[in-house]
Amino acid sequence: MAIKAKHQRLVLLVIALVVLIGAALLAAWALRNQASYFYVPSEIVANPPEPDRAVRLGGMVEKGSIKTESDGVTIAFVVQDGKARVPVVFKGIVPSLFVEGSGVVAEGKMGADGTFVADNLLAKHDENYVPREMQSMTAEQAKNVVAETK
Amino acid sequence: MHGFANPARFLRIARWLMPLCMVTGIAVATGALGWGLFEAPAERLQGETVRIVYLHVPSAWLGMAGWMGIAAASFAELVWRHPLAGIAARACAVPGALFTAVCLMTGSLWGRPAWGTWWVWDGRLTSMLVLLFLYFGWMALSQASEASDVGHNKAPAIFGLVGAVNIPIIHYSVTWWNSLHQPPSITMGNSAMSGDFLVPLLLAMLGFTLIFAGVVLARMRAILADQQAEARLRRKALSEAEF
Repeated sequence: MAIKAKHQRLVLLVIALVVLIGAALLAAWALRNQASYFYVPSEIVANPPEPDRAVRLGGMVEKGSIKTESDGVTIAFVVQDGKARVPVVFKGIVPSLFVEGSGVVAEGKMGADGTFVADNLLAKHDENYVPREMQSMTAEQAKNVVAETK
Repeated sequence: MHGFANPARFLRIARWLMPLCMVTGIAVATGALGWGLFEAPAERLQGETVRIVYLHVPSAWLGMAGWMGIAAASFAELVWRHPLAGIAARACAVPGALFTAVCLMTGSLWGRPAWGTWWVWDGRLTSMLVLLFLYFGWMALSQASEASDVGHNKAPAIFGLVGAVNIPIIHYSVTWWNSLHQPPSITMGNSAMSGDFLVPLLLAMLGFTLIFAGVVLARMRAILADQQAEARLRRKALSEAEF
């Protein structure tokens, strides 16, 4: 039985698309570590980078960890991901969204004493959008309000 | 779909559908932007800068939707040789590229106050920039194959389908890889965005999508009119050559 030309084209194209998507998924899977923008603290602790290599460290700023040192411009804080914590020092102006309990990406080098020396900070905000009127609530309360109003 | 194989039938529908999409789209988008820029609340951490979301997210969506349109049209062109498919793909390219550019620009303007940088090479930003370059490449290729006069040219359609692999990469870039860009706030059924932001944002997306549809219909009509005029000129030249 002869197959209609357009059915043949449909089958060929669907096979080509499946192969194409498979290739793209394989490539993305192979890139899963290299294409990450930063390392999380547990990766840094498990596999410390060489002392002079520039790396990025990303995670949450631990609550109550931000301290300004005596010179007034150097700050020290702790970045954690729930599994590991890395102390960080940074000298300079911090982005306005840099707050405790929020995300941060620090660019810099790992010091010999296990402290990360950052020369740039980027604030990373999360996917939650909460109106200002709710800012006095705790994160948990705000999340509930968001859940109710959605 | 093959009811539209006859361009005359498509043109009859496009004639009233195009202005309808445009007018309602402009009304909805203007209302949503007004709501978002003046009525919606400021965000807890980001303050007033959050308002750029009402332009940024619809642009990102339409930049990606434009390429999904090209890919769907390319599929229809390759399998069914639908006469309007190539025209639809060409009509999607320019507005898609424009919205991608708007998305990148508003994202950059937003990144400076929110993250502390205009640009980073993380997965989401890089894959979105790649999408813009794919649009440029696709437009150049389709223009070249249009000018080459070798009859049915499959190259733009194949490029349109291959380029579509970038769309899931853009979408999942923030899930697969650590990135500075945050994960999606609008997800099926469970959004991490308060309704105060979500409702005007969804309205803006609807409005801009209608405008996009209107522009695509208008461009399809223009391309068809162009082809008709060209065919008429060619016939005229042929009949004059006979004398």
